[in-house]
Amino acid sequence: MNSKDTSNLATQTAAPLTSEQRTSTSQPYSRAKELLRSLLLRPEIVPLVLLVLAFIGGSLLSPYFLDLRFLLNNTSTYIEIGIMSLGMVFIIISGGIDLSVASTLALVACIAGITYFDLGVPMGITLVLALILGGLLGYVNGLLVTRLKLPSLAVTLATLALYRGLANILVGDDSRPKLAWSRDIVFPDWFVGVNQITLIGIPVPLFIFLLLAVLLGLLLHKTVFGRWVYTIGNNKEAARYSGVPVEWVERAIFTLAGFLSGLAGMIMVSRLSVARYDHARGWELDVITAVVLGGVDIRGGRGSMLGAVIAFFLIFVLRTGMGVANVKAESQLFVIGVLLILSVIVSNVMNRFRR
Amino acid sequence: MTTIESIQTKQSSRTLANQLARFRELGIILFLVLIVIGATIAQPRFLSSFNLRSILLWVPLLTVVAMGEMMVIITRGIDVSVGSILALAGIIVGMIFRDFPEFNIYLGTLLAILIGLGLGAINGALIAWVKIPPVITTLGTLSAYRGLTFIVSQGRQIDPNHVPRSLIHWSQVGPLGINLVPWVVVIAVVVAILTFFFLRSSKAGRNVYAIGGNQDAATLRGIPVAWTTFLVYAITGALAGLAGVLYASRFGFVNPGETGVGFELTAIAAVVIGGTNVFGGSGSVLGVVLGCLLLGTINVALSVLGIAATWQLAVYGFVILLAVVVDAIIQRELRRASTGE
Repeated sequence: MNSKDTSNLATQTAAPLTSEQRTSTSQPYSRAKELLRSLLLRPEIVPLVLLVLAFIGGSLLSPYFLDLRFLLNNTSTYIEIGIMSLGMVFIIISGGIDLSVASTLALVACIAGITYFDLGVPMGITLVLALILGGLLGYVNGLLVTRLKLPSLAVTLATLALYRGLANILVGDDSRPKLAWSRDIVFPDWFVGVNQITLIGIPVPLFIFLLLAVLLGLLLHKTVFGRWVYTIGNNKEAARYSGVPVEWVERAIFTLAGFLSGLAGMIMVSRLSVARYDHARGWELDVITAVVLGGVDIRGGRGSMLGAVIAFFLIFVLRTGMGVANVKAESQLFVIGVLLILSVIVSNVMNRFRR
Repeated sequence: MTTIESIQTKQSSRTLANQLARFRELGIILFLVLIVIGATIAQPRFLSSFNLRSILLWVPLLTVVAMGEMMVIITRGIDVSVGSILALAGIIVGMIFRDFPEFNIYLGTLLAILIGLGLGAINGALIAWVKIPPVITTLGTLSAYRGLTFIVSQGRQIDPNHVPRSLIHWSQVGPLGINLVPWVVVIAVVVAILTFFFLRSSKAGRNVYAIGGNQDAATLRGIPVAWTTFLVYAITGALAGLAGVLYASRFGFVNPGETGVGFELTAIAAVVIGGTNVFGGSGSVLGVVLGCLLLGTINVALSVLGIAATWQLAVYGFVILLAVVVDAIIQRELRRASTGE
């Protein structure tokens, strides 16, 4: 098994990441040119340039923008988008899509609220159960996709409605703790307000996001598992013939996405100290936008974790900037929607140059 | 040799699709009858003319949008922006009715259809020629058009007293004084019949099935794939625009944050329940109309039985999932049976 793994790794090093090494030649001039070219054509470059521009624009709009503490504290407002996008990177690179991530977040949040308040389970255990539940909901998606050979789009569109619908049945239009309850019945102190705590000056949610980004980045780019994900995205049939356990990998990444949604759900509940069925409604759009904007090819097989992380910060800066400029949340939708389409157009154009 | 084989598999897959379609239509009717019987036993007044009317009022809006969504899914695409197109067209025409109370309602309806056509054409152009995958395009326009709806209306809703009485009458009065079947039903039936003949008898309609069945083969046969794709999304937009007016007629208001939100899910549910293949290539008008009727009946049954509105979303999700899963299993079994064990 071990030797098979390493041979797989060896045969697949021709994947996108190392392409610049192969194209380099011996002449120093053309080498520098090639390096510049490959650097400019890296998928991360578009979100990076846009991020710098958005940052400049934002700081022109408001002096708060240059206040690092304001910015750092504000990352918590959208951190769930970032955390969910880490799982989405794997799914989109493998050629699939998961529209149910935000609904999974809401269902996990609501069930956790009920487990803690209505069933009286201690918060620590509730937290663990919630994370397991998130993974389980993702596993259900993966199971439906792999067992029934259904398109992930159809399956996760159904669970998008189903998961949020279940959350709605469980807590109704109310919340946990219920609006009518006395003010004393709340989530425990240690659990609430994770965004108020900092680690080496970084708010804990952002810290969790960065840590996960590094770990999952290593998983994607440095392990056989990560190679398998790319191989599946490039050509599923070929992957199957070359011995990649396609179904297993697909179930694993859907489970990962569900787990991350569950984690994001618990962070959101801690941040807002309330669980509602409409938490993160419509955020699947932001998550997919972040991933695609980060240079992950929506057709699968290409993309990087770094790009998605940069793109998350771009969306964060844009949303914060528009918030500071008093653009209403509903009108921000327009910008995010247009941005999603533009990002695919730009990446199409860049793909053409790459070839 | 290989071509003969591929022709044979294509033929067998076609009879497979036909078998499936027939099976599905019977299945929906059976399911529909079961729900009606179950609901009537639980609550005898379910079959009152009031409730039948509620079903008949609920279904047209959905049918009009679902006809477009069905064509999109037959081409192996998806359009999740229909709810936002419905809202944007509805709010623009509603604002015109508000600011010019004498505005002709037929002209207003035509305008809504044209606005929808334009918005759908943007979707279609991005998908057909810029080659952005349908999910991404329409997910982008789902929020872009919704954002525009807020920007255009400045977040204000069109109030009932601004919707023309004559427009509301479409949902209250029927032809020849038969008020049980209001005009909106007639409109939906006309749309369904037109879609039926478009898909069955027109060249462009046949092409819709062809590109969903096998896009490469369709290109090789000289079918204008890009143009047909564009057309399908444009038509879907136009139908969603029409639905915007029907919404104003049915509910008497248009709200930028409420109208059409999540409607794409209902439409996709109806299409998938109606037996349209999520892999494209097959789907029938009759099946989808039955799917719409089924959803409408479930919806009214839920409220008559006193089940809270909070159940609606989960029921839709469950029904979509059920339909997709049942289809996948039936198809697998049929394929197994037709290839011979």
